[in-house]
Amino acid sequence: MSNSPNDDVHKARSTPKPEPVSCGCSGPACCESVAESGPPVSRRTATEPIPVGTTLKLRDHLGALAARWGIGRMSFIVEPGLYAIGEPDSASPVLVSANYKLTFDRVRSQLGGRNAWLLVLDTKGINVWCAAGKGTFGTDELVHRLQITALADRVEHRRLIVPQLGATGVCAHEVRQRSGFKVYFGPVCARDLPLFIDSDLKCTPEMRRVRFPVRERVVLIPIEIVGGLRIMILAALALVVLAGLGRDGYSLTRVWGTGLRSALLLIATFLTGASLVPLLLPWLPGRAFAVKGAWTGAFAAAAVGWLAYSQPGLLGSPVMAVAWLLFIPTAMSFTGMNYTGASTYTSLSGVIKEMKVAVPLQIGFAGAAALLWLAGLFTT
Amino acid sequence: MRYLDDVVTLRLDAAKCNGCRMCLTVCPHNVFRMEDKRAVLQTRDACMECGACMLNCAAGALTVRSGVGCASGIINGILRGTDACCDNTSSGCC
Repeated sequence: MSNSPNDDVHKARSTPKPEPVSCGCSGPACCESVAESGPPVSRRTATEPIPVGTTLKLRDHLGALAARWGIGRMSFIVEPGLYAIGEPDSASPVLVSANYKLTFDRVRSQLGGRNAWLLVLDTKGINVWCAAGKGTFGTDELVHRLQITALADRVEHRRLIVPQLGATGVCAHEVRQRSGFKVYFGPVCARDLPLFIDSDLKCTPEMRRVRFPVRERVVLIPIEIVGGLRIMILAALALVVLAGLGRDGYSLTRVWGTGLRSALLLIATFLTGASLVPLLLPWLPGRAFAVKGAWTGAFAAAAVGWLAYSQPGLLGSPVMAVAWLLFIPTAMSFTGMNYTGASTYTSLSGVIKEMKVAVPLQIGFAGAAALLWLAGLFTT
Repeated sequence: MRYLDDVVTLRLDAAKCNGCRMCLTVCPHNVFRMEDKRAVLQTRDACMECGACMLNCAAGALTVRSGVGCASGIINGILRGTDACCDNTSSGCC
């Protein structure tokens, strides 16, 4: 998906050539253009279907757990191509999915006892919805994958079951023009696939809705934490080192006292924000995520403030205590804002709108808090 | 759960709509409903600008500035001087 706000998106969308994926990441797993990557070089012949079971094994579950924590996430992939579930024949349904193994496993595990073809697109190990947004789960890749797997020779019908969330990248009428296959957008969730297949490829309205229940919000907390942890540890180390500074020169006592306490409080602030905002999302005041985060931080700061009041000196000097009471809501506002990308209902326009207000405030408050904290070192 | 009101860029040109119902099928937030055999916007503010309806509207009746509502992606894009790009925790992105 083109993310440039100024793009004439409609024009960009109707261009049939592969969208260059130029997101500017340094990572090798991303940013290859669709055309460059082409069909993956495989030991098998390209059109030979790969048999696959429908029961998930311990290894699959462990791999999924690790991926949720960001461990081996970008290599948690399956080979793109045509998979055979059960013993599919020329009348068996064809389901289209992504080559993120978490996605692939979820789909195949719903198809126990059935015969079906599973056409796995090369989405660079990204789930259907995100890959569709990027265009890798898209019309071009689908048509291309149909050709190299020679699916038209294997089935008599011309029906493809494409996940509904793939519609951001797959243009049904263009697929039909270019391949002869008719796209049937299936349910949002793989668990509704059996019902969808058995009810003549029809969804109930409920099957078409995207929700964001607590289970789905919580499962994303680890990756949010892992994503921010590195920079948080660096910042915490910086606090430890800086805490030695003072009027009386560099003090190791302060490093172990103020420094360590500050580092722990910083990490605790981050972990609390990254967990509580997703968990409490629907009940937090405000619609903007930066506001929801700021409220979480306000409650947390109130708790910390109460602790500091009952145990004077816990946060260092009074100036430092003020610094923390400013910083905690600010940091959680930022953490909350960053959760927009994980949520299922924020729009680009909305996020831009809230960022225009929130980011300058966050920078201002964080800057003020940092200055006060430093000032605190020199006033004790 | 609802996001901000009056921000989305979704536009429906009713005159072009051919009543194929594809937008009702692909929309994950139930933004559309049928009225007199044509699609109408019933909950425009629920739109998340994913662009699925526009891409699948053969009649070209729908326009939206589509993109991912992702703050870290936007920040990454600004920092790197590129399009919005989601967080890259390990080697990849998005």
